[in-house]
Amino acid sequence: MSARDLHGPGAPWGPEAPGAKANADFGVVGKAHRKIDGLAKATGAAVYTDDLQLPGMLHAKTLRSPHAHARVKRVDFTKALALPGVHAAIGGDSMPIKYGVIPWTPDENALAVDKVRFIGDPVAAVAALDEDTANAALKLIEVEYEVLHAYFDPREALARTAPAIHESKKGGNVSKSVQLDFGDVDSALSQAAVVVEDDYTFHGTTHAPIEPHCAVATYSADGLLTLWSATQITHYVHRALSRVLELPPHKIRVIQPCLGGAFGGKSDPFSLEFCVSKLAMLTGRPVKMLWTREEVFYAHRGRHPMQMHYRSGATADGKLLGVDAKILIDGGSYSSFGLVTTYYSGQLLTGPYHFPSYRFDSTRVFTNKPPCGPKRGHGSVQPRFAFEIQLDQLAEKLGLDPLEIRRRNFQGDFTRTVNGQRITSNGFLQCLDEVERASDWRARKGKLPFGRGLGVAGSMYISGTNYPVYPNEMPQAGVQLKVDRSGLVTVFTGGNDIGQGSNSLCAYIVAEELGLKLDQVRVVAADTDLCPVDLGAYSSRVTFMVGNATIDACRKLREQLVAAVAAKWECAAGRVRFIDGLVVDLEDVSRSMSTMEAFQLAETKFDTLGATGSYNTPTLGGDYRGGTIGASPAYSFTAHVVECEVDVETGRITVERVWIAHDCGRAINPMIVAGQMEGSAYMGLAEAVLEDHDINRFGLHKGPSLLDYRIPTSLDTPEFHALIVESLDPEGPYGAKEAGEGPLHPSLPALSNAVYDAVGIRLKHLPFTPAKVLAALREQRAAAKQESTGALARGAR
Amino acid sequence: MARLQLRINADLVDADAPDHWTLLEVLRYRLGLTGSKQGCDKGDCGACTVLVDGKPWLACLTLAASVQGRAITTIEGLLPAHRRAGGEGADPVQEAFDRCGALQCGFCQPGMMLSARALLNRCPQPTREQIRDALSGNLCRCTGYTQIFEAVESCVAEAVGAKPDLRSWEAQLAERRGKPVTP
Repeated sequence: MSARDLHGPGAPWGPEAPGAKANADFGVVGKAHRKIDGLAKATGAAVYTDDLQLPGMLHAKTLRSPHAHARVKRVDFTKALALPGVHAAIGGDSMPIKYGVIPWTPDENALAVDKVRFIGDPVAAVAALDEDTANAALKLIEVEYEVLHAYFDPREALARTAPAIHESKKGGNVSKSVQLDFGDVDSALSQAAVVVEDDYTFHGTTHAPIEPHCAVATYSADGLLTLWSATQITHYVHRALSRVLELPPHKIRVIQPCLGGAFGGKSDPFSLEFCVSKLAMLTGRPVKMLWTREEVFYAHRGRHPMQMHYRSGATADGKLLGVDAKILIDGGSYSSFGLVTTYYSGQLLTGPYHFPSYRFDSTRVFTNKPPCGPKRGHGSVQPRFAFEIQLDQLAEKLGLDPLEIRRRNFQGDFTRTVNGQRITSNGFLQCLDEVERASDWRARKGKLPFGRGLGVAGSMYISGTNYPVYPNEMPQAGVQLKVDRSGLVTVFTGGNDIGQGSNSLCAYIVAEELGLKLDQVRVVAADTDLCPVDLGAYSSRVTFMVGNATIDACRKLREQLVAAVAAKWECAAGRVRFIDGLVVDLEDVSRSMSTMEAFQLAETKFDTLGATGSYNTPTLGGDYRGGTIGASPAYSFTAHVVECEVDVETGRITVERVWIAHDCGRAINPMIVAGQMEGSAYMGLAEAVLEDHDINRFGLHKGPSLLDYRIPTSLDTPEFHALIVESLDPEGPYGAKEAGEGPLHPSLPALSNAVYDAVGIRLKHLPFTPAKVLAALREQRAAAKQESTGALARGAR
Repeated sequence: MARLQLRINADLVDADAPDHWTLLEVLRYRLGLTGSKQGCDKGDCGACTVLVDGKPWLACLTLAASVQGRAITTIEGLLPAHRRAGGEGADPVQEAFDRCGALQCGFCQPGMMLSARALLNRCPQPTREQIRDALSGNLCRCTGYTQIFEAVESCVAEAVGAKPDLRSWEAQLAERRGKPVTP
């Protein structure tokens, strides 16, 4: 039976389901355990991609474009190849097949074939004895360019079609355009007691994981390509390598070693993965490429800049009637996940509030900048920023408390959104209650001294997606268990642990289901030769999908184990309980055995032991084109209250405290959940006040270093209070939903709303630099002055 | 090419490396001590932090030849030193980081833990502000630093035999469930 049937509505762990467990009944789930790889990381023993050293390994480097938009007329390797120590050099013609993570929009080449589209676009690669030689060889490669007009402003790219950035694309420089409407927005807004219409800007930010991208490849004498890569989606890299290198997929093995952070920035197949593979095939030697920090900034795939126009209307008592959005998305030079981004910019806004009518019109255009892609909270952080400020603007017009307007519009649980998405468990009201109480909102909102303020915002996010990137009916997550006579269970999962703890999650679940101690479970992950396919670490899908697949496998296995013990003890299966590494008879406590003995009994009775488990989403989504994009088996909900101080002399905003309440269904490990919540809020707030991923007027990156791109230090980070809300989802593993991306969303608008509470200026255009704050304060003073002179003049008449 | 003699952890080791190689390159690519990480290679991120004569030191900005004769501690040296001193498990800093969830991707943490170790060596009971200050040269992109601060505080609490304060979620869940969530 497929997991799709097993885990449909009414799955076994909902709050009302028969046999539903309270937290108290769990052995492992719900408690703060260490991670299974924690000490390996703490002692420096964990192996990341650049830690791999293979005998005879060559080092590869990439030559990048100095032009934002140009035709590549000629690439000459003669001098480079003549340099002693250089083993191979390749250009675009070595791998002319295009690829892209979304199968409908393959528009990238491993190395430029005919054109370069941003400063930093890869043009050629060299493999040499060491990095110094490879770098010297890059300087000897001759490239002739014909420079073309470059687009840096998305409005110009939209208006002007020649020269097109992608010539094969119909519709000029438009990457994707989506218009969807649900209900009659215009008539809804015409009946509204209050309408707010405004513009909002999201600037553009990048992931900046501390580990730069790195890949190592070997090509064996019998034609097996093995790639170790710092990727968060092994399976898509596997598919892309097969396509571009024209190798059958069974002759490729992709392994993700320990990964030093990703946040969406390691989701695409990247140039270096193809280059090391090709160079290994050409030279017959292992090849490594480690990108410099500067190159990581060029690879980008960060959060899209968006220019957003929103119009929302509500009744006199604050109930939303309609929301109308128009969004221009700056995609940078390639499609990446852009098709999905464009949909997400509209599709993911329809909760936690009830929208009676909704319309969005989103257009993504290409520009000659580093390509944008998925960053933590893909496609939905920007619209959420705009809309949650607009909600405060509505509340202000109506004289409502910002928390109250959010409560009044709560959509409820087990409902459907206006765009047809199925909402199951929904703990948003509890999230609001938690942040209200913890921040002492009622006593302090609007009552703090000038310069200090509180702001609130809410959000929802997907726990995995119905849309499997390439259409297929196979499981989205698969898990295999191997049972050993030593008492050990090994879990094989294609899931990618990117630091969020997904390998530990598998171990917790196996220990819970089979009553094992945590050290009786080992996890082998993200190796395409050893592990069943999982679609990877994106869309906050891993806990939900890999978790369910693991439970599925465990329950099949448990049946065999219980049957073997029951036969030995000549008792009913219901009396056999696995707990904490032991098997006990519930009705005769003097009778017990170790799980090792139970494994051996079962192996004797049933043959070699193992089990597989899988998960696939139920059929979800609206019945229209694009209706499955944004359809998730469950949604997480979040509310933040941010407390900030604004220095009116310098314009500097200091975020002092943040209360984060997040509905994660059930916290399988609350310590890991809290870490995700704090890390998300930290990242979101940094996007608001510190970070800005941009280029200068020549198309050159403004500052591709961790000094110029300012991610917060320990001194910049505010005080976080993580508050966990558990709504118990009927289909999530033990009721769990996601926690890794949702809690980022409210940070930015909650801060804008807090600044308004502090000093009365409405910041709608990110980032909130001191210059912008000072300008807004000047404008505010000028308006006040005008008002008072006006009042004086009126008084004089 | 130079013949270097370095005092690393408990050992005096010889290594041949190009004259311009940094300490980080020699550690990682000559001696196999890959626990020290390269995040930016220009002194911005702190992932390469080691201890030189007990002080946090950016290995990516240090010529290997310039620290010959000085005592270098890498992340690989902490556990063995702790065991030599009669301890069990890993160094209390490493144990606390693991216990408190401070290790997400783990890439910045070798440097972070060495900075924390240096702090605790010179100031055994630091305040939250002193912890923030001492770790400000080590960028972490996963945690938002909170669980890192809590780990250092937990380490201090353990050393003095006190119980660390309950974290916000820990207190909230314990209240809701009527029992502690930390085993």
